[in-house]
Amino acid sequence: MDFLQSLINSLPGVVGQGLIWGLMAMGVYITFRILDIADLTVDGTLGFGGAVCVLLTLNGVNVWLATLVAMLAGMLAGLVTGLFHTKCGIPAILAGILTQLALYSINLRVMGWGTTAGTQATLAISVDKYELIHSSRYVRDFSEHIMQNPIIIMLPITAIIVAVLWWYFKTEHGSALRATGANLQMARAQGINTSSATVVGLMISNGMVGLAGGLLAQYQGSSSVDMGRGAIVIGLAAVIIGEVLLRGHGKVLTGLIGCTVGAIVYYFVIQIVLRLGLGTNDLKLFTALIVALFLAIPYWKGKAAAARRRSVENKEDKTNAAA
Amino acid sequence: MLQLKNVSKTFNPGTINAKTALRGLNLTLNDGDFVTVIGGNGAGKSTMLNAIAGVFEVDSGSITIDGADITRRSEHKRAKYIGRVFQDPMMGTAPTMTIEENLALAARRGSRRTLAWGIKKSERAEFRERLESLGLGLEDRMTTRAGLLSGGQRQALTLLMASLVKPRLLLLDEHTAALDPATAERVLELSDQIVEEGRLTTLMVTHNMRDAIEHGNRLIMMNEGQIILDISGEEKRRLTVDTLLAKFSRAAGTELVTDRVLIGA
Repeated sequence: MDFLQSLINSLPGVVGQGLIWGLMAMGVYITFRILDIADLTVDGTLGFGGAVCVLLTLNGVNVWLATLVAMLAGMLAGLVTGLFHTKCGIPAILAGILTQLALYSINLRVMGWGTTAGTQATLAISVDKYELIHSSRYVRDFSEHIMQNPIIIMLPITAIIVAVLWWYFKTEHGSALRATGANLQMARAQGINTSSATVVGLMISNGMVGLAGGLLAQYQGSSSVDMGRGAIVIGLAAVIIGEVLLRGHGKVLTGLIGCTVGAIVYYFVIQIVLRLGLGTNDLKLFTALIVALFLAIPYWKGKAAAARRRSVENKEDKTNAAA
Repeated sequence: MLQLKNVSKTFNPGTINAKTALRGLNLTLNDGDFVTVIGGNGAGKSTMLNAIAGVFEVDSGSITIDGADITRRSEHKRAKYIGRVFQDPMMGTAPTMTIEENLALAARRGSRRTLAWGIKKSERAEFRERLESLGLGLEDRMTTRAGLLSGGQRQALTLLMASLVKPRLLLLDEHTAALDPATAERVLELSDQIVEEGRLTTLMVTHNMRDAIEHGNRLIMMNEGQIILDISGEEKRRLTVDTLLAKFSRAAGTELVTDRVLIGA
């Protein structure tokens, strides 16, 4: 009974966190599923978005504007990875790792802006002193601070972003980007500049992650240089869980909604395993194993199907030989 | 309208795997030419098509279309002039996108892609009409993903995509080689139909001598990165497999014996 009670109590937090990470997962979805690139920039981009957003807000910038700039900062990170990849011929996965590593130093600098040391690993921001968009403190507050309740805030933001992304991927420009990810050779043959499509895709993706970083920093009341560590894996987990639950068959709209659904389910599962006694330090191990398992399942399924076909053919051959 | 002048290409130069695929190749196509290309394995047939399409840059020589030098132009920019169908049926379409989305992509070949909606309503009617002309029933499956189509259906769709915006040049790179004989026959018929309707200048690589003889108004044979035979007009019409084989041995100085050249029964 206690178990259930505390699980239910954790639900608002699960939904709030899940909605924020859903945006991050959409960034992962755009690269991993639409562009067919594993982009590891995002681990650095999440912290970058958070650092930029908190720094600006602390310096008196309007919090919505600061969040918008966090998104633009993310797009800039995506641009760098994209140029590493398309202009310098660096494999996409390595290009992402390079930007991610560079962002570690940059994030320390951003958060240490104006301090004597010049670098800083965390930057706190209190919802008491600044008019933040939302805060985890108000996740159960449906009266006085309802307009800063993450669930109330994140639902419309998510809806708008899903609508805008879906619209974009249905335009001529977005269709060209999807074609680039689906079949590079065909895209070029149809006159699509696949390099610029790839760069644009990485920018949109990292823009989403930067935005999620800014919102996450406000939610938790601080940004830190470590906040993006393993973000790609959580994003992947959300993407995959969403696909399993919604069975979108590659439809973009279902894929995007699946990211949010997947992220919420992911945090719900995390709450369960934490209550079952898993330590918070073991969470990343648990997440990695879950994602590995879900990535392996389609591969195993394919192998099993091929083996079944072979055995059926063998049987037919034997029957034919006997007859 | 297409002119290749002294085009050479060596892959992996300076290494143990160096392979000279094109050696000072010269070719001029006239408007409306339908040229079939044959030759043994490694003769440079596909390399020639890829050089024209811009898959890689050639080492030397020049490529012009309608007088425009496209030798150093990138692949996607050349696509404005060129429609292509590949040997591998997987290569010509985006598998995760629907038939109509694939066609809409092809309808914008050579134009700027904007933030306008990806498919116009008026286009759908046109796509439906074009798909009907294939006679494969694809007009009723316009929202089916291309990845669910059979190899023959995909090649037919790719053909349609290559000709939707009328190309100055159509490149068919052994586009029936991966299909079963009956399907290959049907796709060849469709190719003829599309080439004829659009009066398209076409280069078609094939391994099948009979197909090379029966289609097009001109036949070229390649060997070791060069064109060793160029037959057109009345001579092309009277060509048989036997005379072609004899001509080859005379031109190349060797017997044409390779398992990849099918004589066609």
